[in-house]
Amino acid sequence: MWTFLARRLMQSIVVIIGVTLISFISLQIGGDPTYLFVSENASTEEIQRTREALGFDRPLHIQYLDYVWNVLQGDFGNSLSYGQPAMGVVLEAMPATIELTLFSLVLAIALSIPLGIYAALKRGRPADGGIMTFAMLGQSIPNFWMGIMMIMFFGLYLQWFPISGHVPFLEPLFAGEFRTAFANLPQSIHYMIMPALAVGTYTLARNARLVRSSMLEVLQQDYVRTARSKGISERRVILHHAMRNAWLPVVTMIGLEFGFLLGGVVVVETVFSYPGIGRLVFNAINQRDIPVVQASVILLAVIFIFLNLIVDLVYARLDPRVKL
Amino acid sequence: MTEISSAPLAAQAASPAPAHRGRALRRAVRSMVDSRWALVGMIILVIVTLVAIFGPALAPFDPNRQNILMRLVEPGSPGRGDSVYWLGSDHLGRDVLSRLLYGARVSLLVGVAAIAVGGTIGTIAGLVAGYFGGWIDDVIMRLGDIQLAFPFILLAIMFLVVLGPGLVNMILVLGIGQWITYARIVRAQTLSLREKEYVEAARAMGDRTLSILFRTILPNIMAPLTVIASFNVASVILSEAALSFLGLGVPPDVPTWGSMLSESRDHLLSNKWWLAVFPGLAIVLTVLAFNIIGDWLRDFLDPRLTRDN
Repeated sequence: MWTFLARRLMQSIVVIIGVTLISFISLQIGGDPTYLFVSENASTEEIQRTREALGFDRPLHIQYLDYVWNVLQGDFGNSLSYGQPAMGVVLEAMPATIELTLFSLVLAIALSIPLGIYAALKRGRPADGGIMTFAMLGQSIPNFWMGIMMIMFFGLYLQWFPISGHVPFLEPLFAGEFRTAFANLPQSIHYMIMPALAVGTYTLARNARLVRSSMLEVLQQDYVRTARSKGISERRVILHHAMRNAWLPVVTMIGLEFGFLLGGVVVVETVFSYPGIGRLVFNAINQRDIPVVQASVILLAVIFIFLNLIVDLVYARLDPRVKL
Repeated sequence: MTEISSAPLAAQAASPAPAHRGRALRRAVRSMVDSRWALVGMIILVIVTLVAIFGPALAPFDPNRQNILMRLVEPGSPGRGDSVYWLGSDHLGRDVLSRLLYGARVSLLVGVAAIAVGGTIGTIAGLVAGYFGGWIDDVIMRLGDIQLAFPFILLAIMFLVVLGPGLVNMILVLGIGQWITYARIVRAQTLSLREKEYVEAARAMGDRTLSILFRTILPNIMAPLTVIASFNVASVILSEAALSFLGLGVPPDVPTWGSMLSESRDHLLSNKWWLAVFPGLAIVLTVLAFNIIGDWLRDFLDPRLTRDN
């Protein structure tokens, strides 16, 4: 177990170094990065001053080492539009984004597992066809369009859900104000349902298909036949024998899904004017606020890497065949 | 079909001998007609392709011509003379249908070109990694791991913000974002193929490495690559739409489905539904077609990979 952990930790560190390298390259790829940090009508002296202040006149390898050192300290420079440290601005928007991502992950998984299992049990019948058609459609709808359509129908026409905004749950929770947090919870969910469904539909669809095929495979295994022939109730066979193994591919996907969902959240937050990292990145893109874009992307990547690490460890516990 | 056993089936389907080609094609058409969905997907795909090619001839209006008098008119409203705004007009009085028809070009072009870029890089990297193994394999695969550590859309955002919007930048970023998918599959296949007798035979006959890689191994792994490419075009079109939506796509004078949706957001509250509905439907139908074709191709080219097991 410990060697496995150590090896995975080492891998994660290598990957994080790679992440800093890629983000450094992304800064340099368009030529002199100084121009990214000054306004369009800056004078030559101002450009030169900024270049020296930010150290872009030094050799590349020195710049890189310096960049890594700053990144390690969470220092991405000041946001060009807020005038505060970029990381601070990003961290402020973080809880809302995590909240939305987690909620859409939970929603997607909670719906995809029963749907996938039901489709597998009704294989070839209309229910299976219907679920799989929806799954196919769900994988083909852009999440932001889904958001726009939901705003039009459920928000503006039926007026069931608010079309923008956010009631914080995690923020008061982390601040230790449990009473406020749980008082906010129903409102918080009410505000998050539409964006979370928009973000999670693709994952829901993909996982439903995954669970179905995984379940079909497991149902053909000898141990399921053995369990049935022992006279165990069908319900117990499915819940205790089949599902345990049908789970595994879903668990592996969760880490990857989280990253995928984070990407989706960035786009969908914009649609719902949801005050998270996505909207921050969207505004930063329009104002070419590079420090904020970089800080957001790297922070999300690091979160993603650690989540994958955790998922691997959970997977190793769930499936004893994984060599530790 | 009886003379073909399961293992070489994929290879046969991908690179049939000339005598078999006609038969394979007939088999493909029959299989497509049998699974009605695949036929529907194919028909959608043909229509979208025709629209992309002949868009300018089909479009009733110049997609960029603004007409202040005809702002935000509803679908079916008559224009000047015989012209009709079949799908309505946008906030600058531009015809939605014409913009939609032109938008097909960007979506298809970006989708196919990005896959060509990513597929080529990934296939070469995978062949090299799988065939030679050792440190070169390690380096290529670790590079892939690092790239996969980024949620893809974030990586694309980071590069496009610096590079600036543009068709070529978009294709390169989306293409390079996909290489690792191909590299992994090609590597895995190459690893198993390089021990096969016919590859050893080619080696024994003194074939050069390049010839072994591209003439002996590559034709035998085209089947899974084709399947992946089909799904991949779908996801690249979705990514392109998302990036255009965020304002990172092609320049504003080129109509794209993503940027049309982005503009539609300002008119949601005033219930100008046609601005949001039609570009979205165009994306969904195109992506759906590629996904359906991908599913069918997987079943057709490699029965061992069928959806059910």
